[in-house]
Amino acid sequence: MEFSYEVEGGNFAKAGNAASGVKKVLKQLNVDPKVIKRIVVALYEGEVNVVAHAYKGKVLVDIDTSRIYIRIEDEGPGIPDIDLAMQVGYSTASAMVREMGFGAGMGLPNMKRNADAIEISSKVGEGTVVELTTKLTS
Amino acid sequence: MSDQQFYHALKVDKDLCYGCTHCMNVCPTDAIRIRDGIATIRKNWCVDCGECMKACPVDAFYVEQDDFEKIFSFKHRVAILPSVFIGQFSKHIKECEIIDVLKSLGFTHVVPAEATVDVINEAMLEEQRSDREKPMISAFCPSIVRLIQVRFPGLVNNIIPVKPPIDSTASYYRQLLQEEGKSSDEIGVFYVTPCASKIATVKSPVGDEMSNVDGVINMDFLYNKVYHVLKTRAESADVCHDTVPYLSPKGLNWSLTEGEASNMTGRCLAIDEIHNVISFLEKVENDEIVNVDFLELRACDQSCAGGVLLTENRFLTVERIKNRADRINASGKYVQNISEKHKQMIKETSEVGKIEPRSMMVLDEDMGIALKKMERVRRMMCYLPGIDCGACGAPNCESLAKDIVSKEAHLSNCVFVQRMMEKTKKLDPMHSIRIIEKTWGKDRLDKDCKKKGAKNEGL
Repeated sequence: MEFSYEVEGGNFAKAGNAASGVKKVLKQLNVDPKVIKRIVVALYEGEVNVVAHAYKGKVLVDIDTSRIYIRIEDEGPGIPDIDLAMQVGYSTASAMVREMGFGAGMGLPNMKRNADAIEISSKVGEGTVVELTTKLTS
Repeated sequence: MSDQQFYHALKVDKDLCYGCTHCMNVCPTDAIRIRDGIATIRKNWCVDCGECMKACPVDAFYVEQDDFEKIFSFKHRVAILPSVFIGQFSKHIKECEIIDVLKSLGFTHVVPAEATVDVINEAMLEEQRSDREKPMISAFCPSIVRLIQVRFPGLVNNIIPVKPPIDSTASYYRQLLQEEGKSSDEIGVFYVTPCASKIATVKSPVGDEMSNVDGVINMDFLYNKVYHVLKTRAESADVCHDTVPYLSPKGLNWSLTEGEASNMTGRCLAIDEIHNVISFLEKVENDEIVNVDFLELRACDQSCAGGVLLTENRFLTVERIKNRADRINASGKYVQNISEKHKQMIKETSEVGKIEPRSMMVLDEDMGIALKKMERVRRMMCYLPGIDCGACGAPNCESLAKDIVSKEAHLSNCVFVQRMMEKTKKLDPMHSIRIIEKTWGKDRLDKDCKKKGAKNEGL
């Protein structure tokens, strides 16, 4: 079953829409709340990344009985050094974004921690694609 | 999910309900459907918040209570009285006057429901030092506990397992009277409730089996009785004397918004009104709320002052309680007089049993079947208009789609789908009328000038 959500760059009020939508679906599917939490936390981080860094983005979700696959793709500046971005505490966030409580450099590491598998590909000046896969049954 | 039925105090009067959709539209858990022209409540979905009762234009909802005469089957008749009862009266009426009237009505003892608040507060603070998940959530409001069970099952472990003061006050006073030599079966403890959900906890406490309360009296019923006596008494009424202040300032304020949050440690937030609580809990679930230690969550706007069984305006009630608390504070007269032994007893009896999640959102226990059902719901949504008009008897199109998938409704219950089916000659217009009458009752669409708002209303 597939779902798709739009993400608007710069609009923090709507960051979390996809996470809330996916959460509602997983609750209806009787997924263990602990598993739901990991998925939602990872997706929320991903959404905030798109809002903070990109112009616009899209979240594509595919669910079957074994796993959830989430693809977060954006049109944005891209990540020049993915290994560096994966480091805890590294951040490119502007002062304004940090003031809003974001930009602690925990985004990607937190996503990695809360997903079974993570794939990141990026082209500088074009955008980034983050793919998260997590098993639905423990 | 358990098949256990939960006690609900909220009932629908079938003679008064005329089948509008107000209650169905405000219900925060989508627990109401209209069938045969009457609102019906899904017991396992309902959290007893009372929003339906507040929204009903014809007072068709009522809260089941015990017959007042029941108190006289006991020799010692104890009224457990929440502070919001007192808060409804102006400052010109002393607490002791209210208590005297209650005694003249038949009670032998009048006890503040929040009398054990200091001990409960201590027990909660001790729990705050445990390694429970944060933010820890108060178990004060029974509707909130139920809401978390049915809609936020992942947060049940955040609930602090300490009962609200009412339960421990009931057992504490029963104990005190027994120590005075009164026999247990001669003591009747009656709770004066400000809302429907408190009754449900007294009758079938969450995660617990026994209750120390023998009966429940609705606050509006008792308020009317007391107010009537005060209004009609002779001007030269006997003046009563406050021996000790009725309640501590903390006890008076406890059931108001910030009542608990201002007495807990760390970063504490107080949120009232059930829709506000729901949107906040959504964020808590997403881990969007960080570094908050304690959440005081209440189903009613202005907490218990906004209880569905209160008569006086909730904002005035809050102001009056705060003023009473300030006056007691200024007098410096209040002393807590619960003995160490009793404190220990209260703490021991204040622990809530295990609070189990019982999600009402799950489409099926089996994930494979749930997934198939969800696919059907989404296919059904292609045909439903998305107007959320409620004319099918369900609160919105998505609820109808889920009801169809769980075989509790048909696609043709939708009045717009009916029109489309008539257009393509798949449905006979007389058949549509029969479908509508099934939801809204027979002859429901006939001319009726006596209905609410029509020209002969009330004639």
